[in-house]
Amino acid sequence: MTYMARRIAFYIVTAWAAVTINFFIPRLMPGNPVQIIMSRLSAVGPVTPSMQRALEIQFGVNTNTSLLNQYFQYWGQLVHGNLGTSITDYPASVASVIAQALPWTIGLVGASVIISFVVGTIIGTLSAWRRGSFLDGALPVSAFLQALPYFWVALLAIEVFGVTLGWFPDSGGYAQGMTTALTPAFIGSASYHALLPAATIVVTSMAGWMVGQRNLMITTLDQDYVLVAQAKGVSQRRVMWMYAARNAILPQFASFAVALGLVVSGSLLVELVFSYPGIGDVLLNAVSNDDYSTMQGVFLVITLAVLAANFLADLVYVVLDPRARQEA
Amino acid sequence: MTVNTALSAVETDPIVRRPAGGRRFWSLFTRSKWVTAGLAIFAVYVLFAIIGPIIKPYDPSALSYTAILQPPSAHHLLGTTQTGQDVLSQLLVGFGPTLEIGFLAGVIATAMSIIIGVGAGYFAGSAGEGLSLLSNIFLVIPQLPLLVVISSLDAHAGSWVYAIALAVLGWAWGARVLRAQTIALAGQDFVLAAKASGESAWRIILFEILPNELPVVATSFVFTVVGAIGSYVALCFLGLVNINSWNWGTMLFYAQSNQAMSDGAWWWYVPPGIAVALILLGLVMLNFGLDEFINPRLRAAGITRKELKTASKQQGITPVIRNRPRAPSGVSSAITVGDEVTSTARRHK
Repeated sequence: MTYMARRIAFYIVTAWAAVTINFFIPRLMPGNPVQIIMSRLSAVGPVTPSMQRALEIQFGVNTNTSLLNQYFQYWGQLVHGNLGTSITDYPASVASVIAQALPWTIGLVGASVIISFVVGTIIGTLSAWRRGSFLDGALPVSAFLQALPYFWVALLAIEVFGVTLGWFPDSGGYAQGMTTALTPAFIGSASYHALLPAATIVVTSMAGWMVGQRNLMITTLDQDYVLVAQAKGVSQRRVMWMYAARNAILPQFASFAVALGLVVSGSLLVELVFSYPGIGDVLLNAVSNDDYSTMQGVFLVITLAVLAANFLADLVYVVLDPRARQEA
Repeated sequence: MTVNTALSAVETDPIVRRPAGGRRFWSLFTRSKWVTAGLAIFAVYVLFAIIGPIIKPYDPSALSYTAILQPPSAHHLLGTTQTGQDVLSQLLVGFGPTLEIGFLAGVIATAMSIIIGVGAGYFAGSAGEGLSLLSNIFLVIPQLPLLVVISSLDAHAGSWVYAIALAVLGWAWGARVLRAQTIALAGQDFVLAAKASGESAWRIILFEILPNELPVVATSFVFTVVGAIGSYVALCFLGLVNINSWNWGTMLFYAQSNQAMSDGAWWWYVPPGIAVALILLGLVMLNFGLDEFINPRLRAAGITRKELKTASKQQGITPVIRNRPRAPSGVSSAITVGDEVTSTARRHK
């Protein structure tokens, strides 16, 4: 199998595993979520027979059907994009609630991850190249930054830059009263609101990329091809970026998967603290309303989004690594 | 330690005949600044976890209507909350549960990653491939949303339920690194010799392979603890874990839901955040030290430019510095096989 085919097969298996986990978790846990949901739903509005049916399938309350049948029914629902009904935004469907929030999260987290990866990798490369310089101080600093909980940094950022200094808005994704439309004014407002949460994510996640790149660079610098390049008079800058950094960065992409899941988890909390209109906010509202369908939907969509991002990272990897390209 | 003695030590130390991972590993605790600092912080936390509940000045849940949202004073060293509860007492009581969860999850996850990772590396064929696939799947699935689903379904779960859940979601990274290490070690002469002399697979894994992977096991343990503490605090902050038990996440949960930020009640939400950050910092530093042990080239970072120059002249562009015998060439290749090893630092939260 070629490199890309292997990766695609892996993503399909992982997506299947995520769906299956989602199917089994409510069935393995004690308690009966359906009863809670039904009472919640009937409190906010009428429960239609089709909604009840969807719930039964989702949480396996209908014991007349075998587990295998329930599993197939569950897949049938998913294929039709039916993730259940939202309690928080009754009677909207979970799928539509998530679809509304997803662009915000993808924009915020996507931009922050790319910025922190690029900046972290550059600082890491430089600090490995110029050991003994002031950049060595970056290591203790990064240890400290890595240790800070995302959501706590977000709380501090709000307090300092939002409340005390008043430089940035302390919550929301755009100015109040504005209608969501792709006008310059709205995009400007949205970017302004995104600055503080994005900075929080970048500050707390950059250190990991930096330390990773630094450590990989130090190992790569010892390779013979670096020595040969220096011996034949290639400029120092070219040796650093095109010989050492280019090779050191490959495992960085390989570990993108691990990092991304963690950054996304952290970003959810950041969104939540900033009341940013993304998935994190949806998740928090779901939690406070015992909205299990939404929570499950959020987990599923986030997992699929992380898989898609990993796939993109794989594509970049193929471009960067001739060995993978040859196989692909 | 000066570079001169370090370099002469490199030259004069006898070459070890077999990779004595275990023995060198323990000497690390006294040598690396990172490790010493990390362990010191950890020790202080353990101390507070033990004496915290004894020395706490007030009952952390006791309400007081005469001392509402007071800044730090002689009566309340860290001030009070919206309901007049003593922040210091809540903070002191929080040490125990946080360390307990982290440690428990770390132990369970490390056991899982040893079994699955070493198994996947040692046993070739479909069994090994299957275990490897399993760990790769768990590696990609984002933890927090799944934890939210699990904990919301069982609101009254005891702390051990969370420890198990955090471990089940946290073992995969360690397993992947251990697999890479095991594959490298399984081809070493001393393992082949043990096989040839008819040792059983269990004996080889337990007495030949595992002792040489101790540093890697240690890093993955520390990082699972970091991840578990981070996730547990986050879950508590979300109000998903029993909000009647005091820990730093619950403190932040109450602080946020009672607008401590807009009231400027920094004494309420800053101390628990610093408490979390410091223990995680200690553990991250511990792992920096372990990383430097696994990949000795990283150790050159702490020295000055002048020392580096002297060392580079003798050893090339990335000198191996400090008092440590050179590992046999085969072993150093085994150590660098897991590129993941060097990029451990980012994994947590």
